[in-house]
Amino acid sequence: MNQDLDQFRQETRAWLEANCPPSMRLPLRSEKDATWGGRNPIYAHPDQKLWMERMGARGWTVPDWPKEYGGGGLSAAETKILREEMAAIRARNPLNSFGISMLGPALLKYGTEEQKLEHLPKIARGEIRWCQGYSEPNAGSDLAGLQTSAEDAGDHFIVNGQKVWTSYADQADWIFCLVRTDKTSKQGGISFLLFDMASEGVSTKPILLISGNSPFCETFFDDVKVPKSNLLGELNKGWDVAKYLLGHEREMISNMGAGGIDPLVEAARKGVDPILRGQIALFQVRARAFAAMSERFIDELKAGRAHPAQPSMMKYYGTELNKIRHELLMAAGGSDALEWESEASIHGAAARAWLRTKANSIEGGTSEIQLNIIAKRILDLPS
Amino acid sequence: MPLYLNDEQQMLRDTARDFVAEHAPPAHLRQLRDANDTNGFSRDLWKQFAEMGLTGILIPEADNGLGLGHVEAGIVLEEIGRNLSPSPFLTTAVAAVEALKSTPHAPRWFPGILAGETVAALAIDESPKHNGRIAMQAERAGNGFRLTGAKRFVAHGHVADLILVAAKTDRGTTLFAVPNDAKGLTATPERLADSSLASHLAFEAVEVDADAVIGEVDQGGTLLARLLAAGRTGASAELLGVGGGAMDLTNAYLKERKQFGVPIGSFQALQHRAAHLYSEMEVARAAVLKAQQRLDSGQDASEAVAVAKAMSGLATTLAVQEGIQMHGGIGMTDEYDIGFYMKRARALAELFGDANFHADSLAQAAGY
Repeated sequence: MNQDLDQFRQETRAWLEANCPPSMRLPLRSEKDATWGGRNPIYAHPDQKLWMERMGARGWTVPDWPKEYGGGGLSAAETKILREEMAAIRARNPLNSFGISMLGPALLKYGTEEQKLEHLPKIARGEIRWCQGYSEPNAGSDLAGLQTSAEDAGDHFIVNGQKVWTSYADQADWIFCLVRTDKTSKQGGISFLLFDMASEGVSTKPILLISGNSPFCETFFDDVKVPKSNLLGELNKGWDVAKYLLGHEREMISNMGAGGIDPLVEAARKGVDPILRGQIALFQVRARAFAAMSERFIDELKAGRAHPAQPSMMKYYGTELNKIRHELLMAAGGSDALEWESEASIHGAAARAWLRTKANSIEGGTSEIQLNIIAKRILDLPS
Repeated sequence: MPLYLNDEQQMLRDTARDFVAEHAPPAHLRQLRDANDTNGFSRDLWKQFAEMGLTGILIPEADNGLGLGHVEAGIVLEEIGRNLSPSPFLTTAVAAVEALKSTPHAPRWFPGILAGETVAALAIDESPKHNGRIAMQAERAGNGFRLTGAKRFVAHGHVADLILVAAKTDRGTTLFAVPNDAKGLTATPERLADSSLASHLAFEAVEVDADAVIGEVDQGGTLLARLLAAGRTGASAELLGVGGGAMDLTNAYLKERKQFGVPIGSFQALQHRAAHLYSEMEVARAAVLKAQQRLDSGQDASEAVAVAKAMSGLATTLAVQEGIQMHGGIGMTDEYDIGFYMKRARALAELFGDANFHADSLAQAAGY
């Protein structure tokens, strides 16, 4: 067994060495360097496409998914080795995707065979970019209060309503969407639909944020026709799917606090005052400890030993940590980090990233909601 | 190796949890304190640890020990921490054993440790803060060495059968095994805030034979590093126990104490603080296990050990502070145990370097 794993590690190392372009081993300079794929992909560098395709062809964008759905069919131990070897050469993530981190796990658990075969391979190869239709203007932390309706029209649904904070809806090809199919029950009247953003009646409008960017959109549905075969899970039981998916979303968001503290160390090496140096060092303690926590969480998850509410802890801690990290980066950068448009600042990458992190503890369930969940479901504190 | 306890380790945890809670609960510490005990721990209890095989947890099987690792030692230490049990386990069965392992001193001292008869103390610190600097000199004299200088914060220093002493020699650091009755050595035990006893040791031209040298002359740095890595990781595990014990007490209190006609644990202000504390403790737990696993697999563990000691110190400090605050006035009384947790956490946080010391070492290693 261990011998097999050693061999797998050696082969993986050799393959990555031969196939990961040098430019894909450099840190992301700004959000634009990330690869999202999709029908109309945007690449800041041609190597992004190459790297995504090479990894996709091996199923290594989703190493632990079954091979028949475009995955790599790797065991938990092999997946861990792949992750370690990628980290060792600082390989970039070949594909950022809500399909991989959020919808995929839900499809694997709740999807029909047809749905899995239709959607999963395209997610794995980065051909279809997904967005998430959860929040509404009056359904944020109280998500189950959502009003977007899907009416039964025989072989299809007619969807009407509005979503908000839909990340990258203007660039997404498909949406996974929570809709109300029964008005008499709050959580028991929600269904989970998949549909094409090119469908008639779908429109999006970017929301300009304090970072000067618009990753979020308002999304409107006006008599959108959705085939009934696009229902994921059972009718009126979408809340179960939504909760399952939220666990994976929280897991994904929590990863932000983990690795990549290098820019901070780099800034500290250039010289900062002793008090800031101390703050950075103490932050480094927490960031390293949280990296261990992330590893433990993934190991426990794979072994089915994680508490079902543990993603809330990961989400809470990881996002709060990420906010602190960017505060420290701004402090270490000084006036250089404030430049908003200069070439030297890569068009204000540091400042824009800092501002972006302020949403980390709001999106995907606020920190306060996560703390409520920990208190009630893990610590069993009274209502 | 997955980052959680395997089935055998969980079984050991269950055994250790029952054993320590039964034989050395917080009431045991209270009893020793109220009796103004001058030993600092119970020799009978140390014997019982030996009968359970626990004193030999890190001693190789070839030397009749259990041949287990730092994960297992940490499991026992966590229960010691949870119960605030006064015990020489950390200094003797963990740090000293690691330093003596594979040296000619192993066969001399391991049988006594295995029998629960020998207690070891670590004479490492020379200032109120652990800073890694050694001023104590060991000059060559006659057949051996002459030690001159002072050490402090030496747990069990006044009753230990064996004292491990780090001193400067011509071209480096040397680690000595000094018997407690060495001529010129005086131990002055001081009662600490947590009711434990730690000694000031004065070495006035203490002469030891050449065979008191552990390992090789001038080459003690490696052994000292091994001792410190084991001690720091072990102290981190004990801290997890102290923090976890304080958190459990506090959560139980939140469920039972009523104000305004409802349990105070139903107030969101307190729920959020309890949930935050839980998060800090879990993160610390992962960091400690990471350090233990790296030590056991022989990988470079220096960074992981520093992270573990610093993080467990930060999280446990928060646990005891929140523990007192959420208990309210009753938490300030001697009658309630929560105050004992606060005092032990402070002592363990200082042992082998506090969070600031280890954060600083990470910064230096990263080149800033």
